[in-house]
Formats: sequence, C-alpha cells, structure tokens
Amino acid sequence: MIKNISNLGDAAVYCDFGQEVNETVNSYVVNYFNHLANLVKNKEIQGINNLTPSYNKLIVSFDLSLTNFSKLKKIIENLDIKKDIKKNFKKIKIPVCCEDEYGLDFDRLTKKLNLSKEKILKLYFNKEYFCYMTGFIAGMPFLGNISEKIRCERLETPRIKVPKGSVGITEQFANIYTFESPGGWNIIGNTPKEIFKKSNLQDPALIKPGDKVIFYQISKEEYLKFND
Amino acid sequence: MTNTFFEIMRPGINTTIQDTGRNHLYHIGITVSGAIDQRNYKLANNLVNNKSNEAAIEFAYQGPLLKLKNGNINFAITGSIFFNIIRKNSEIEEGKCYQNYILKDGEQIDIISTKKSVYGYLAVSGGLALEETWKSYSINTKAEIGPNNGRKYTVNQKIFIKKSILENIKFRKIDYKDYYNNIVRVIKGPNFDYFSDEAKHIFFKETYSVTRLTDRMGMRLDGPYLENKVSTNIKSEGLIKGVIQVPADGKPIILLADHGTIGGYPKIGTVITADLDKVAQLTYGTKIQFQEVNLEEAEKLFKEYMDKTSKYLNEHN
Repeated sequence: MIKNISNLGDAAVYCDFGQEVNETVNSYVVNYFNHLANLVKNKEIQGINNLTPSYNKLIVSFDLSLTNFSKLKKIIENLDIKKDIKKNFKKIKIPVCCEDEYGLDFDRLTKKLNLSKEKILKLYFNKEYFCYMTGFIAGMPFLGNISEKIRCERLETPRIKVPKGSVGITEQFANIYTFESPGGWNIIGNTPKEIFKKSNLQDPALIKPGDKVIFYQISKEEYLKFND
Repeated sequence: MTNTFFEIMRPGINTTIQDTGRNHLYHIGITVSGAIDQRNYKLANNLVNNKSNEAAIEFAYQGPLLKLKNGNINFAITGSIFFNIIRKNSEIEEGKCYQNYILKDGEQIDIISTKKSVYGYLAVSGGLALEETWKSYSINTKAEIGPNNGRKYTVNQKIFIKKSILENIKFRKIDYKDYYNNIVRVIKGPNFDYFSDEAKHIFFKETYSVTRLTDRMGMRLDGPYLENKVSTNIKSEGLIKGVIQVPADGKPIILLADHGTIGGYPKIGTVITADLDKVAQLTYGTKIQFQEVNLEEAEKLFKEYMDKTSKYLNEHN
C-alpha cells in the first residue's frame, strides 16, 4: 500500500510504497500503475504525462497547465484498487549464450563469489524471475531475485559501452541491455532475442512490469542461428 | 509533401528535430525529449503561423548552414543567435531573431552561433515533412527514436518542407526580453534529509557553475561538495525533468529533456517548471544559485511563466 504521497517538484506526484524491495510491494506499485494507466487510456483523467513504476515507488508526472498536485493526490488516494483490472502478465523465455566472448565478467565473478562458472550458471538459469520495472534505457527490464549465492556488487569502474543484448547481474537483480549503453552490471552472457522492437509501435517492450522471465542457456551455434 | 528542401551544407554540432515531446512511455524507458526551451520553440512556430506543436529544428552553440532548394519558404529563428541569410547574389543579410523572413530558392541560412545561450529554434511555415514516432517528431539520439532514424543531422542530408505556405504572409515581430538572472528556483527533493546540515546550507547559499559535461540529458555542476550522511545510492526510481541528483562525488546534476527514466542517485531537489527553459540555456561556466520555493509559490510562478508566454504569443495578433 502507499505509505506516503508527496510532490516531486511542482509537476509530479511521488507515491512511496516504503523501502522494501520484494514482489509483494512491487505488485502494489504495478497495480496502481495499471489502474492509473487505464484511466489515462480511457481519458477519464486529465493532464498525466507519464507513469513510472519502480521497485517501491510510483511517479506520476503531469502537465502543470492542465492539472496540479493536489487534484491528482486526491484521485490517487481515492482509487478503488481492489477492483480487478484485466491484465495478463506473460511468462517469457529468454535464450542466453554465455561463451567467453559474451560473458564478459566471469573472471571477476568466479573470484568474488568463489564459485565456478558452471555453478554460477546453474544457480542462474531455469528459475522464474519477476520483472519489477523497465527503464533507464528503452525496454531494459529489472528482474529479480537471483540466488543469494551469486549476488555481487556493480563493477568499480562502469563500462563505457556494454554491448546490446548483454545480460547482467548486480545485487539481487538481473537485467538485459536493450541498446549499447554505458553500464556497471556484471555481464554473464548475451541474448540474440530482440527485447525492444522500435518497429512494433503498439508494443515495443517485450518484458513489462509484473511479467515473469525464465533464462535458458544456448550454445554459440544456436546463438548465431537464432535470427535466421 | 512538396519537393522543397533544405540541403545541409554544415550540420552544426547538435542539430535535431524537436517538438513538445513524447509522453506516456516512461514506464518502458523512453524519455520525454522535446524542445529543451519550450517557450522559444513555441515562439518560433508562432512567428510563421504554425500550430504550436509543429516540428522545428533545434540547434546548440554552432547551428547548421542550410541551402533551400526547389521552392520558397517563410521562416523564423528564435533564441539568442547570430545568423546570416545568404541571398541569391551572395549578398549577406544579417538575420534578426523573433521575426519572420522569406527565403527563396537557392538562398541559404547560416546559423553561426548562439550568443549568451545554448539552444535556438528554426521553424518553417507549413512545417517539415517528417514522420511521427509515438505521436512526436522529437529526435531521441540515445534510443535512436524519431526522424532521421533518431540521429543528429550530418552534412549533405536533406530536410523536406511539408507545405510551403506563402500566401498572405504577415511579417511579424516579437519584442522578446530575456530577463536574465542566475537564480534557479528549487523545491526540496525526497532525499533532502540524506544530506548533512552543512550540505543543506551550502546548497542554497553557495554558487555552482555549469560544466562542459552538459548535454540534452543533463547538466553537471561544479561547486562545493555536498556531504551525504545516509547513502549515496537509493533503490532506482522514476525521474522527471528538473530533478537534481547528487551522486557519490557530491556534485549536483540537473536532469534535462533526454534524461534516463529511472536512476539511483539521491534527489536533493527539483527545479520548478517555470525555470526549466532558463536552466537549459545556461552556457558553460555560468554560475548559478539555487533558491528554495514551496509548491504553492512554484505553481504561482508557473502561472506567471504561462501568462508571459501567452503575452508573447498574442503580441502581434
């Protein structure tokens, strides 16, 4: 549930669901997000520009010439969030190749975690992960929770360029770099699957908050043939 | 579409297409983009009688050199800009901002540089022949979204004019006054109390200068270190334009139009909407001072900002 609603600047509502990061708290966030997104879609609410769900916050940014903080705060406080909204969360399978040219950080990870590459991969693959949020760059999913045995902090010096498709881990989370981007996550492999499709205007992001993701390992041969 | 186009003889350093921005996509990581100085963008369209959300060319510091081919147009430039119009017989006419001109086939616009600001706008009557992506013409170079495959313009490219409107042209001028000061008004952010009492005091008392590490995504500032007593990282959460983040190095960063949609640095404050255009136009080395306002004051200042924009827009009608 929302613990506190405050203003972020003069053109956004900051809905705080607490400090915890877990599926339950995040489901509340996603539920509020879906309710508000429906109101926006059906034009039952005016002035909202964007809704940004994250682990335990929801930010509602708006056009100050059309509405204001106190109006939106009231609407959010009075949302009937028990009302069921039709939302089909998907289960998505993502192939990952972990050969050395794609899994860039196994030297670091095997040392830091004191585990073999095989053991790390065994703990990582064929588990169901939950999508907490997407963002930072277009379509990048933030997934969790990975096994406690393979949790590792970010690189001390982030890479200037992480290749597109890279699959990374840090702390309790996994992500996928949908574009080449700077980044500091530990890279364990690369997926040939297109996670963000610009050409799909209706639905460009494959993975959305609330969806489930299962990674499975593929060989380099399978990787290279994937998009044929 | 007409066959009239600009040929880009020199692209300038950061020439893109912008409009009012792209909304309803933060949740999948696509930022708002749009003209970084919304008022000057609107005024450019207004001078050539376009609708207020028509695509315009945005440039920074050094602008483009554009040669018009296969037709005549009516255009206007806004901002604080040195530009020349190179007429047919190579005669150079010094251009003035905030008024519209006719440009004829074969003539050129040479946008030499901005003066005391960073960004300027060029609008053409009838608009540019471009396709919208998610209901916006804005180029987002980071995600490669928008016209020109989401990239900055380069030499020899063409920008086509949608519909050259030359009937009943009114020559218009706006008496634009840039009330220039270095005060940036801010509402305290959700992590304000992460900072030490001394840092809180410094933030609103000392000056910060704009560094070269500034682009459409954000503006890095240099100045006194802001001590964080709680944590220099937070769990990643949503961001908006104007948020001031302070990473571990203790120096504030102001987020601008192409900012990442989520981030994990503490938010010390947020620049009020009324001051966003002004902030984006601050050049390297400018010293600024933050001033705290509350929500009520910020809303009032926004109304004043809108009233002033409307006054400019209605000046000549």
